[in-house]
Amino acid sequence: MAEQTSSHRRLIIRLTLSCVLMFGFGFALVPLYDVFCQVTGLNGKVLNNGPLQETVVSDVNRRVKVQLIAVNNGGMPWGFRPSESSLEVHIGEMKQTAYVATNPTDRFMVAQAVPSVAPAEAAQYLRKVNCFCFDRQPLNAKEQREMPLLFVLDDELPVHIKTITLSYTLFDITPEDALAAASGSEEVQL
Amino acid sequence: MSTLEQTASTGHHHGPAKGITRWLYTTNHKDIGTMYLIFSLVMFMVGGCMALTIRAELFQPGLQLIQPEFFNQMTTMHGLIMVFGAVMPAFVGLANWMVPMMVGAPDMALPRMNNWSFWILPFAFSMMLMTLFMEGGGPNFGWTFYAPLSTTYAPPSVTFFIFAVHMMGISSIMGAINIIATIFNLRAPGMTFMKMPLFVWTWLITAFLLIAVMPVLAGVVTMMLMDIHFGTSFFNAAGGGDPVLFQHVFWFFGHPEVYIMILPAFGIVSEIIPTFARKKLFGYTSMVYATSSIAILSFIVWAHHMFTVGMPLIGELFFMFTTMLIAVPTGVKVFNWIATMFRGSMTFETPMLFAVAFVVLFTIGGFSGLMLAIAPVDFQYHDTYFVVAHFHYVLVPGAIFSIMAATYYWLPKWTGNMYNESMGKLHFWLSFIGVNITFFPMHFIGLAGMPRRIPDYALQFADFNMVASVGAFLFGFAQLLFIYNIVCCARGGKKATDRVWEGSHGLEWTLPSPPPYHSFTQPPKVD
Amino acid sequence: MRCNRLALLLSGFVISPAVVAEWEVNLVRGVTEISHAIFDLHMIIFYVCVAIAVVVFGVMLWSIIYHRKSRGAKAHHFHEHLWVEILWTIIPFGILVAMAVPASQTLIQMYDKSEADINIQVTGYQWKWRYQYLGQDIDFFSNLSTPQDQINNEATKGENYLLEVDQPVVIPVGKKVRFLITANDVIHSWWVPALAVKQDAIPGFINEAWTVVDEPGIYRGQCAELCGRDHGFMPVVVDARSEEDYLQWVASQTQAQQAEKAAAEQTWTMEALISKGEEVYKTSCLACHQANGQGIPGAFPGLVNTPLMSGDGLMEHARIVVHGRTGTAMQAFGEQLSDVDLAAVITYERNAWGNDGGMITPQQIKQLKAE
Repeated sequence: MAEQTSSHRRLIIRLTLSCVLMFGFGFALVPLYDVFCQVTGLNGKVLNNGPLQETVVSDVNRRVKVQLIAVNNGGMPWGFRPSESSLEVHIGEMKQTAYVATNPTDRFMVAQAVPSVAPAEAAQYLRKVNCFCFDRQPLNAKEQREMPLLFVLDDELPVHIKTITLSYTLFDITPEDALAAASGSEEVQL
Repeated sequence: MSTLEQTASTGHHHGPAKGITRWLYTTNHKDIGTMYLIFSLVMFMVGGCMALTIRAELFQPGLQLIQPEFFNQMTTMHGLIMVFGAVMPAFVGLANWMVPMMVGAPDMALPRMNNWSFWILPFAFSMMLMTLFMEGGGPNFGWTFYAPLSTTYAPPSVTFFIFAVHMMGISSIMGAINIIATIFNLRAPGMTFMKMPLFVWTWLITAFLLIAVMPVLAGVVTMMLMDIHFGTSFFNAAGGGDPVLFQHVFWFFGHPEVYIMILPAFGIVSEIIPTFARKKLFGYTSMVYATSSIAILSFIVWAHHMFTVGMPLIGELFFMFTTMLIAVPTGVKVFNWIATMFRGSMTFETPMLFAVAFVVLFTIGGFSGLMLAIAPVDFQYHDTYFVVAHFHYVLVPGAIFSIMAATYYWLPKWTGNMYNESMGKLHFWLSFIGVNITFFPMHFIGLAGMPRRIPDYALQFADFNMVASVGAFLFGFAQLLFIYNIVCCARGGKKATDRVWEGSHGLEWTLPSPPPYHSFTQPPKVD
Repeated sequence: MRCNRLALLLSGFVISPAVVAEWEVNLVRGVTEISHAIFDLHMIIFYVCVAIAVVVFGVMLWSIIYHRKSRGAKAHHFHEHLWVEILWTIIPFGILVAMAVPASQTLIQMYDKSEADINIQVTGYQWKWRYQYLGQDIDFFSNLSTPQDQINNEATKGENYLLEVDQPVVIPVGKKVRFLITANDVIHSWWVPALAVKQDAIPGFINEAWTVVDEPGIYRGQCAELCGRDHGFMPVVVDARSEEDYLQWVASQTQAQQAEKAAAEQTWTMEALISKGEEVYKTSCLACHQANGQGIPGAFPGLVNTPLMSGDGLMEHARIVVHGRTGTAMQAFGEQLSDVDLAAVITYERNAWGNDGGMITPQQIKQLKAE
């Protein structure tokens, strides 16, 4: 009798623990997924991999076409476009370009650009040295700004990839940022 | 004896209390099983009415009865209610009734928790159904509730939907813990694992699946809740999240969930076919292993629901191969059932009819599942009526038929009375014909290119949609016979013997019909 | 009659794919190499399943007929047979491996990343598609063009009911066209069965798909991922033309844009704007704000007799239409519609359903956009 009670108890504790663990696992899937994306380039998700550390061997004979695309997410009234829609880039060459954003409204707004690369497998070879997508982008009413993008194509980029499309989707994050807006337009590190 | 029995016997020594309190406070596995089954029947009818609303709107092209926004709420609620309200509680109800009797236990291991896990459900589903009357309407984003449609773009009622999902998740987890504890600790002496009836085995595996994935569902809806109300960005690209992540986490739950809805059905059919073939189940051991391998494989196939989401080639290949692999153990099960029928001495009472129909129609659903597993072709099938046909073939003549088979099979044991056999057979034939008229044409319209979840369609799909709607109403109204038959049987009728069926086997048939309030007060001997 | 037809279909399904195609109960064979490969794969798998079904159900039917108690069958007592069990594990496995080989080949073919001739950005919006030709000055929205009264059963449904758009995406045959697919709001899925292209459009992310169409023609598809209320009302129409015709179309698009600019300069009367605006309203606004302008309470605001529609609300009204309203379903139409269309639809709204709110000119819209 007592034996059974304690074996019930042990079982319940173990099963409840596994439930809690699996609940945690559900959340652990979030960082796991990011790591997974970074390794495989899944979904063309570009993690903000920051300044380039290692040196890249440049190869002037290999040229890759880089297409730049701008997308506005729902309800985003800004003007947003690449200053050049297509670039020829050598492997290993540091390339500077820019996107132009205009806030046509008469209020202060903050935006976040989200990068994505197609084909997805190229994502990890597109190294961004400096990108406006690293930071939130505040623009005052009627303000226009050129936002810089500096990147390098890694020499390990698979040979069969001849065209890379880099897209930025601009999201309006003003409401969530109302406090920052009130205290001035300082740039907030994401 | 055991703690549970003490709990039960202190309160009601000589059977159930009278009146409503019997049902409110009961800790008896039979009472709770009955409540689960009635609840699931009610939900089956509610979900069924929603399905008929959908089919009525789709009877003809054009918008006739309902507007698209309500149509989306109907498809969403139909899915949620059938999955979480009808199929899952029905299986838990069957487990409550049968598992203690099959393993030779007096009751479930944790009777108070059992009461809890049932009584959560009516509240969860009342809350879910109430959202339909809220401003902005109920959930309208499909039962898979993909973000951002279910987060940024959701109606305000989504918060109540999330809490309802949390509650039913807790209920399922408690039910699963209870079943595992009963099977692990309360088996009669001599009842080793490899002697357990297959229904018990499949439920044991299902319970582990529940413990593994219901918390993940709870996790994913919690993330939604945080995204909606606390400004996090799990699924919002603007804050560094990813809507595709939602699909990965959801289907990590969702695919095992599909097996949660079919494994107990396998168990039921594996009980019924041997009884009416008057022959021992063929390949018991391989059945156990096949079920376990299906359960394990179910954790590594989830992304086959997402072939068009833009996965890298290697991912597509991996998930295609693992998904195809599931066909092997599933095939083994079907072959075993047929080998059990082969050279048996078969009779075809209602439970057997449903079980045989299950084998045939589930296998057809399996075939379309195999076709869907082929990733390149899935680019054409994905999110069309072909998929709708596929999962309704495995869930309606699969899970639902197995539940009906189980009801007819064990009803005489539960009530002590025989049900009306001719009415049962009529119910079977109407259901069988109705199901096929409803869902078979959906293969055709899916292949011809009709996307799922649309309230109105192009003219070339009109004929088959009309056929499907007629079939749906036939199937729906045939269920009234089922209810009538159950009610009559519960009220009286020809007395059932203890064994009920000539070929019955297993401990539950050694008890009187109806069984005593506490099943086995003395543990039976199993050799 | 319908019964006969059904029987015919059922028998046809097994007998001949040709019959099947005619009755539209099977996958379309399509007009690209990939769609042919997929169709063949589909038929192979289908026949494999039919063969397995015949064997399995045959044995089952045979035992149901011959091994029944009423025929005096006595139950045998075997319940295990190691070799049979091993065999029926290995044989299906073999069949699966045999099916996985061509499936993988087709999949690898689909993931070909070679250079494309034309790149088109496809963006899913609630509930329309936008096509932007990269490197060319072509950018337009493609709306459902089926009139609302056909949907509401007040008019006879046309041949391409729900599968027709005001402006299809035009591509040349024999060229590799790459689609860069993304979304503006929720997840959509761009699907054309005849091209065997189905790719999810995910907000913030870009997916790619490609096709080479063999034959000129008009190919129709639909959004395949539930994306809200009008998910069923956002078709995809691809117009594949010979290269010559395609180039002509490109030229005409450029001309059309110039004509549009010219139209924006000319002076419009209120009547002309209202009648043009009514058409624009039908394709762009009616789905939410309804034909009677009443909207849907709780979801979409009404436009009848509101302060916004009075004389003072003019510029605010225009601003909302052009820039959208953040956090609501109201999109920024500034990018989607030309200055003339914007002026027209705003003027129409201000003067329909008993409103009397004055007019706005295309020039004013231009100014507003540039502000």
